[in-house]
Amino acid sequence: MSVLLIAEHDNTKLKPFTLNAIFAASKIDGEVHVLVAGTNCENVTKEVASIPLVKKVLWCESPNYQNYLPENLAPLVTKTAEKYDHIVASANTFGKNFMPRVAAALDISQVSDIIKVSSPDTFVRPIYAGNAFATVKSNDKKKCVTIRPTSFEPAEKTGGSAQVEKIEPVDVPNISKFIKREETKSERPELGTARIVVSGGRGLESGENFKLITDIADKLNAAVGASRAAVDAGYISNDHQVGQTGKVVVPDLYIAVGISGAIQHLAGMKESKIIVAINKDGEAPIFNIADYGLEADLFKALPEFLAELNKLNTIQK
Amino acid sequence: MKILVAVKRVIDYNVQIRVKEDGSGVHTDNVKMSTNPPDDNAVEESVKLKESGKVKEVVAISIGEDKAQESIRKALAIGADKGIHVKADSYIEPLGIAKILKKIVEKEKPDMVFLGKQAIDDDCNQTGQMLAAMLKWPQATFTSKVNLKDKSVEIVREIDEGLETIEVNLPAVVSCDLRLNEPRFASLPNIMKAKKKPMEQLNAKDLGLDLTNRIQQIKVEEPPRRKAGIKVANVAELVSKLKNEAKVL
Repeated sequence: MSVLLIAEHDNTKLKPFTLNAIFAASKIDGEVHVLVAGTNCENVTKEVASIPLVKKVLWCESPNYQNYLPENLAPLVTKTAEKYDHIVASANTFGKNFMPRVAAALDISQVSDIIKVSSPDTFVRPIYAGNAFATVKSNDKKKCVTIRPTSFEPAEKTGGSAQVEKIEPVDVPNISKFIKREETKSERPELGTARIVVSGGRGLESGENFKLITDIADKLNAAVGASRAAVDAGYISNDHQVGQTGKVVVPDLYIAVGISGAIQHLAGMKESKIIVAINKDGEAPIFNIADYGLEADLFKALPEFLAELNKLNTIQK
Repeated sequence: MKILVAVKRVIDYNVQIRVKEDGSGVHTDNVKMSTNPPDDNAVEESVKLKESGKVKEVVAISIGEDKAQESIRKALAIGADKGIHVKADSYIEPLGIAKILKKIVEKEKPDMVFLGKQAIDDDCNQTGQMLAAMLKWPQATFTSKVNLKDKSVEIVREIDEGLETIEVNLPAVVSCDLRLNEPRFASLPNIMKAKKKPMEQLNAKDLGLDLTNRIQQIKVEEPPRRKAGIKVANVAELVSKLKNEAKVL
């Protein structure tokens, strides 16, 4: 009776969403074992072993796991899963990519993107872009579950000392090849975990004008988000997209600027604690969910907003 | 080369869905339906590859009730050559859908299967990956760029960190993201022509597969509604509210 959780990392550091997944996994069953597969990833195994909720770390070293090609990773997870009742990963582009391969190999119907653990076999998950919540019970003996990281708090990082067990890699099919990854480097906090997010939409009218957004974000130590329209228009790169098919964020403060509020965008931010909308169209649907709405021309309002923020001395760093 | 492109008919993306009072699901009567948006991208890309001369034939498939044929006809009007409708009157989970697609792949022998990365109704994001695993094929998910070569396909994928480039051997499953292309509209003459294109009809029950759903839906409910807040008169008031009332600054 235990949970196998697949850690996401870059071979040196654990990715933060794994902490949320570990917390959720501990709600399914207290016996959480974490698989760390990668290349020269010993540091990651140490990091995971010190998480108090983790009872055991399985460490698998092979160059085949360096870039998480799902064709290579899924057979390892499938084999390791033999001894477990639940196989768990975060529902981001990491978990979404390989978990269904594992589920299919084990003939399991996967439960995707859960936001609540009701019992070890019953979960709540959003459907229709979060416009309905479905409570579902998995009747498979073994269960494959992916977790919406922002719906669970992160696990404590230090204080534990789990045993680390080395496991052998398995054969890989050699049918896919990693070429390169272009990561957007930024000094700002990560969109998924930031306390404040400032997002821009089509109302910004150009990529250059996004500076109005980034200036505010830098002042507030916030992450920068965007609507699909702004990404499609090329104002900003895809990793900033918030919404049904982008990222889901739950910050303390979400500031939506020049975003009308399509259902698909709301799906990614409507759980935020405080929502601010700045839009010149007073009828925009975003105002229906905003705690504070400002009907104004953003090109006038944003410089004023920055000036007001500069007068404050309480902004957290 | 040959492409099988899978399309799903779903509640239109512009519809504000309504949850049924008895918790059994959402209202679908008299609700506008259309093809799942990223499936439109999958059709567009398949047809573009055919127009480029690299692909000879595009077969569109949909699994569902009779009206699923509307999504197939749309794909035919865009440029697919043939349709396959697998009739299924009740909901089948992605695992079952992947099993059906595998069966059709074994018969049609395509070099690639294209489909949307996720259906906007159940938001599962599983079918493509499951199909690839069952066929022991490689997969490309969240695809935003396709570069088809002789024996492989180079793919740019949209991931949380930015963009990733991979190369997968053929045959392969490609699940499409919304920025892959801009789906065209079908012209009236092409819609008329599509009516004459062949459409094979099968029944999911006759395929000899175990399609039992493993996930039991206990209830569907409305998410907690957010109350609309207030409108502020100006920026100064906004900042003051955020600082003193919401205490987030």
